[in-house]
Amino acid sequence: MIKEYVGFSEITGSLVAVEGTENAKAEELVTLKTNSGETRTGRIVQILGNTAIIQVFEGAKGLSLDNTKTVLSGKAMEIALSKEILGRIFDGAGRPKDGLPPIVSETKRDINGSSLNPVSREYPKNYICTGISAIDALSTLIRGQKLPVFSGSGMKHNELAVQIVNQSNVGTNEDFAVVFCAMGVKNDVADYFKESFKKSGVMDHVTMFINLSSDPIVERTITPRIALTAAEYLAFTKNMHVLVVMTDMTSYCEALREFSSSKGEIPGRKGYPGYLYSDLASLYERAGIIKGVKGSVTQIPILTMPNDDITHPIPDLTGYITEGQIVLDRSLDGLGIYPPIGVLPSLSRLMKDGIGEGYTRADHSPLMQQLFASYAKVKEVKSLASVIGEDELSATDKKYLVFGKEFENRFIAQGITENRDIITTLNLGWEMLKLLPRTELSRLDEELLKQYYDEPQK
Amino acid sequence: MNSCIYGINGPVVTVKNTKDFFVGEMVFVGKERLIGEVISVATEDTLIQVYEETAGLSAGEEIVGTKSPISVDLGPGLIGNIFDGIERPLKEMEKKGGAFISRGGEYTSLNEEKQWEVTVLKKPGERIKGGEIFATVKETESITQKIMCPVNVCGEITFAAESGNYTVNDTVLKVKPDKNKTNAIAGSEENEVILTLKQRWPIRKPRPIKNRLPVTVPLITGQRVIDSLFPLSKGGTAAIPGGFGTGKTMTQHQLAKWCDADIIIYVGCGERGNEMTQVLDEFSALIDPRTKKPLLSRTVLIANTSNMPVAAREASIYTGITLAEYFRDMGYHVAMMADSTSRWAEALREISGRLEEMPAEEGFPAYLPSRLAEFYERAGRVTTLNGNEGSVSVIGAVSPQGADFSEPVTQNTKRFTRAFWALDKNLAYERHYPAINWMESYSEYADDLADYFNKNVDEKFFDFRQQIINILREENSLMEIVKLIGADVLPDDQKLVIEVAKAIRLGFLQQNAFHKDDTYVPLKKQFLMMNVFLTLYKEGKKIVAASKPVAPYFTSGVFEKAAKLKYDIDNEHFDKFDDYLAEIKKAAEDTLNG
Repeated sequence: MIKEYVGFSEITGSLVAVEGTENAKAEELVTLKTNSGETRTGRIVQILGNTAIIQVFEGAKGLSLDNTKTVLSGKAMEIALSKEILGRIFDGAGRPKDGLPPIVSETKRDINGSSLNPVSREYPKNYICTGISAIDALSTLIRGQKLPVFSGSGMKHNELAVQIVNQSNVGTNEDFAVVFCAMGVKNDVADYFKESFKKSGVMDHVTMFINLSSDPIVERTITPRIALTAAEYLAFTKNMHVLVVMTDMTSYCEALREFSSSKGEIPGRKGYPGYLYSDLASLYERAGIIKGVKGSVTQIPILTMPNDDITHPIPDLTGYITEGQIVLDRSLDGLGIYPPIGVLPSLSRLMKDGIGEGYTRADHSPLMQQLFASYAKVKEVKSLASVIGEDELSATDKKYLVFGKEFENRFIAQGITENRDIITTLNLGWEMLKLLPRTELSRLDEELLKQYYDEPQK
Repeated sequence: MNSCIYGINGPVVTVKNTKDFFVGEMVFVGKERLIGEVISVATEDTLIQVYEETAGLSAGEEIVGTKSPISVDLGPGLIGNIFDGIERPLKEMEKKGGAFISRGGEYTSLNEEKQWEVTVLKKPGERIKGGEIFATVKETESITQKIMCPVNVCGEITFAAESGNYTVNDTVLKVKPDKNKTNAIAGSEENEVILTLKQRWPIRKPRPIKNRLPVTVPLITGQRVIDSLFPLSKGGTAAIPGGFGTGKTMTQHQLAKWCDADIIIYVGCGERGNEMTQVLDEFSALIDPRTKKPLLSRTVLIANTSNMPVAAREASIYTGITLAEYFRDMGYHVAMMADSTSRWAEALREISGRLEEMPAEEGFPAYLPSRLAEFYERAGRVTTLNGNEGSVSVIGAVSPQGADFSEPVTQNTKRFTRAFWALDKNLAYERHYPAINWMESYSEYADDLADYFNKNVDEKFFDFRQQIINILREENSLMEIVKLIGADVLPDDQKLVIEVAKAIRLGFLQQNAFHKDDTYVPLKKQFLMMNVFLTLYKEGKKIVAASKPVAPYFTSGVFEKAAKLKYDIDNEHFDKFDDYLAEIKKAAEDTLNG
């Protein structure tokens, strides 16, 4: 017999306390029925003897101490899955949002997942060609990687995400899918993504989970878990290569903070809960490849840095977990350069094993090193020029300024639909280096210089 | 009545009104027998931290005490293996539970079926005391494990097995203990203590030693900026702080690969899963240059990645150092890499928060400094109970929030470690690796090690080291001016400093981990390289002294050549250095005469 518990002993924020529960389990899913016939769902977050503290996903607005009945489900929150989820749009709690009926489920999965045994992981090595020079050449995306985009309000991270999704599916015969997870995004942004996917004809292998900025914050804390569970299912059960785009992680973290403070927890830095790192890790670490399984989960989380501050806890902790980052630069954006990728702070940790002979081209790694070093020098020269004036610069330094400008305008910048293959990108890199005197290229050895620097480009 | 769960809050479980447990006791929680540890006991509430995911637990489930503190198994089977934070074998877990880690399930840390080839060194009638070696096992191609008598056993041997093949649970020795010398030990029957190949040790208790030794021998790493400028002793402690992307993990990997310790304990504490996979893959493939065997056959890995339960992350550091001490006691030099201690401190903070303790700085508990001190003090070079010399060196990565070194974990770590290798974001942005900032880093071991370097490498080693540091320091102060007015207006002697320092930065401080020769550089070559850069400086000085323009010297090509010599001269043929010196001298003379 299903037991109903009537009323609460306390309501704070989105948390309610139910007394007299039997066998309540930590993390168990519960259903709340109000007198008016409305149903809400929640999750047990804490147990104290026979009192269960429940987090209500829809928020506690409208609930009173005695107008609600609570039913325990006996299991953790699960999501129904089958291959039918492709092409569908769901809300932040996994309910259909596109007017179509719920899917016929093949299996049900616990949305919290389990941690992947490090022994079972396969080290990611296959690079994904995104067709964007600044990414492909300098912070290469690898299949199974988690590579976040650090952006700021008003910068073109959404366009970049769409371009990556549109362009990175080409060149593979294997099954490819995109799981799009929106947390606290504006209506317009959600529509932009929907329209873009439809227009480029990729919608039939996209699954969208959308929690809008006006939706309840507690629901937002489970949206990425649902999306990642779906991604894991597609990747590890259905052998697909799944790209998960998660935006905006900042909204997610703020939801977590709001929830944590309503629970009365001791805050860490900037009021975020002390477990923010572990919580983010439980999402990001769900990217990867399992030995002996064909599929993979690659993550591109997008976050807006509050006040463009990269030391803010959200980008900071994210950077410690993810395998690199792509940082968008406000000043490049101001110059109208798209994509405004700040090359120097951007980094892909996994690229060293996924580039070079057999993957891209043998000169990739030294070329990348040299471009970084030379572009770093440009920054130095620029700051010197701002003090003493460009005219006073030495002849070499002036060449660096020219190089810097060309690099930003021709190498970093590219059209929103321009899809450059890796060879074009690398050759363009060499073309840039030719703007500098040969003696300045200390990271390249003689052989490479002869092969690419001295040879006239065809 | 048995004790039952009252409250559950994340990884912390409360029990009401019980006196069954002691602080630090290992317990089994709930029907699935999850492993936990008692962290505080009071008349009303007893608190337990659970080392596994607590989802699905409910109030009223049973908690069973084990009457022993949380401990690890020590014995053959450790090397080359990979464990989680409480020494559960991850490979076994994969076999039983699949790719995703499931909860509960009891595992034995060491393989109980494998037959080890044991050479027994003791005979019946002989006496034995704690720490003494009574048998040896050739565990891997490069490591012989020495089986030691548990420290609390002392007495006369009544039985000794023949040398032969045994599992870790077979009886190898029986000892009749002296009166009052032994406590009740598991496995004792009729006043006899049975010794097998394995023993247990509580992870939070340092293993005893005879006495400490001065730390006057370097841990040679083959990394120029470390060995030559900021050396670490065997038995020393070093901290590597750096923001994300500065190369902490990369530096740790380089040290784990190339340092001249006998055994490496690599603890991945709250870091990425893919990194541990990388260590596993790479270390199986790479060959140790000294033993010519795979690096994995001298390595133990402990992996508690960031998505694995937080309480086990806290324990993983102690598990690591306990294993390190165990190998030290056999007379080995052990290096332990902890990546990253900040994650461990955050685990402390997380659990402290759940216990509603009064927070100190940035929410960290007030006992953070004392816990850090306890941990780092377990390093050292010692005489072991059996009279051998062994050492544990600890290299801890620190991940400061926002790359701000003033945060509590970095600051407190600085107090308890004596070498400090500060990683610099700006250097990393320029792809200057290892991104160790030479202005901020220091090593208190330098003076202790001066004798060793001067005696074993070259008597001028430390003199050269100081000169290199001086040039870099001078460059640093000159750069302030250059930033304002440009390098062109500087007088020749200062231009010389800038040019030489640039060559040192590119050619000496930067080291290419992916280059076959440059990834590890012997001390002798490091010394000869320093000699080249100092010659470059000395010859330039002569030109300046003669009041001749130095510009032709700069453009003669010797500076660029010196900066690239690391790729030109391999690690065996050092006679090529003479050509470099001759060329530099010639370029200087040409400038003087022309």
